[in-house]
Amino acid sequence: MQTWLGRALIAAVGVSTAVALSLTAAGQTRAYRAPRTSDGKPNLNGVYQAITEAYWDIEPHSAAPGPVQELGASFATAGGVGITDGPLPYKPEALVKKKDNYANRLKLDPEIKCYLPGTPRGMYIPYPFQIVQTPTYIMIVSSYARAVRTIYMTDHKEAPADSWMGWSNGHWEGETLVVDTTGFNDLSWFDRAGNFHSDQLHVVERITATDADHLSYEATIEDPQTFTRPWKIALPIYRRVEKNAQLLEFNCIPFVEDLIYGHLRKPSSSN
Amino acid sequence: MLRRLLVAMALAGFAVALVYVAPTKAQGQAARASSGAATYKAPRLPDGHPDFQGFWNNTTYTPLERPKGIDREFFTQEEVVEQMKRAAAEEAEQTTPGTVADVHYDFTQFGLDRSQAPVALNLRTSLIVDPPDGHLPPMTEEGKRLNAARAEARKRAGAITDAVQNQPLSVRCILMDRDGPPMLAGAYNNNYQIVQNPGTVMILVEMLHSPRIIPLDARPPLPQQVRQLEGSSRGRWDGDTLVIETTNFTDMFMFAAQGASADMKLTERFTRVSDDTLMYRFTVDDPKVWTRPWTAEVPWKKSIGPIFEHACHEGNYSLTNLLRGAREDEKRAREAKPASK
Repeated sequence: MQTWLGRALIAAVGVSTAVALSLTAAGQTRAYRAPRTSDGKPNLNGVYQAITEAYWDIEPHSAAPGPVQELGASFATAGGVGITDGPLPYKPEALVKKKDNYANRLKLDPEIKCYLPGTPRGMYIPYPFQIVQTPTYIMIVSSYARAVRTIYMTDHKEAPADSWMGWSNGHWEGETLVVDTTGFNDLSWFDRAGNFHSDQLHVVERITATDADHLSYEATIEDPQTFTRPWKIALPIYRRVEKNAQLLEFNCIPFVEDLIYGHLRKPSSSN
Repeated sequence: MLRRLLVAMALAGFAVALVYVAPTKAQGQAARASSGAATYKAPRLPDGHPDFQGFWNNTTYTPLERPKGIDREFFTQEEVVEQMKRAAAEEAEQTTPGTVADVHYDFTQFGLDRSQAPVALNLRTSLIVDPPDGHLPPMTEEGKRLNAARAEARKRAGAITDAVQNQPLSVRCILMDRDGPPMLAGAYNNNYQIVQNPGTVMILVEMLHSPRIIPLDARPPLPQQVRQLEGSSRGRWDGDTLVIETTNFTDMFMFAAQGASADMKLTERFTRVSDDTLMYRFTVDDPKVWTRPWTAEVPWKKSIGPIFEHACHEGNYSLTNLLRGAREDEKRAREAKPASK
């Protein structure tokens, strides 16, 4: 009798969790229970990639010529409906800087220089990333610039110093991996359109498997120095389902050296 | 002053902090490396495989090749401790306080130098264990031609300050001289974090935040056309030893400094031989360059985390300054010429 009651209670808790999940997982109508790792947590291991135009601009935008005329249609901006929850609430002086960033993006976008992408940009940049999950550390590794995020699941600490990818502490809320990231520098951008942040950036991500091959990715962005209030992004992320999907090396430094250092080449130098 | 005191304390700590990893003659190096220490049983993961997880440091004072004049395989412990103390004292004195070099390159200030890192005591006189003379095997004729052509190309390219591409890969933050694979220690940042789950081992190399993700599922290697600076690695368990085979290198990767070709096949073997020592052994098989395969062994010592982001390329102001300084020198030389005539 007691056992039966216990089971009924567990089932009730399970149903309410499922209802809560169905509300939070973007675009999903029913809860999904992911396969488990040996410690009983949702197994998020795998190679993933966002399919979105948000890497051009996280806000809604029309298709447009790219910033390099010579590349024609192959580097033109694809239109996108955006991944934000409304117009970005820039402070007036920050909006001026955003517009300046856009106007000078060929010179200023850190991606063009093969710099680390920052967070959340590394999650929807057009390259695959891999989640390597253990009970104590969850590593998120991007093919782009071999950017690494270490998510500390048990040994939570304050960021010891500023960094590009930030300092991430994580925990599980049922099916959802919640990652709290601070300790950013002010050098990374959100996209190729010059959307930016200060070193006061605070990102809280919620990552939930919605079926065997999809993640729901949501992030709350807080930066009181740049924005008047917190705002959110949400997008699905797709598993790379091809057999033996793997990250290939994209060590882009050699590709950008003439861009960064070419003006310092000895004029008579031949190579 | 504080710095000197810290170095002195680190030196005093050597005798007790060292891990004793020299084999007894009876154990034999090959048996130890392939099957683990006879008595030690590594902790296990839920899937039953040995647990290598955690932070490790492969700092060493042992040269790759046996120094001239030494014909022994091992030093005594007293000899090695003495050598390490001497090297640490030299590192502590490597720059003059208050100079530019002191600010930029005095590793002792930030605990980057070897004497303040965890160091496994290694009694070997060289990291190379095979050939038994502790030296790289003779080069093939093709290997000599390949390396002569590389040297010629470097010469033709001009001075290292003429163009960014003339600088070593390490100065450009592309690949450190010794960060491989194979993974050998440099002067600093010799930390590694290993994480394991069923089917995957990841080694995060602190230097240049290089993530090596190694699948253990017997998948085929990458197509030959796909070449990578760090190659393409596939892993498997051989008893309690993790074996990683790596191919698909490029012609500009770090081991080219030793003479290797892009066709090199690398086999790395990790065996946990005590709670705080991971034995790392690698074999280089590159018949185009060397007349026979060769093998080296480096003990890794348990370290403490965390590993912090090493954004080398992003902060590479010294490369800009190197090149700008050279152009400025040339400009001044041109301007000075007419005046001196």
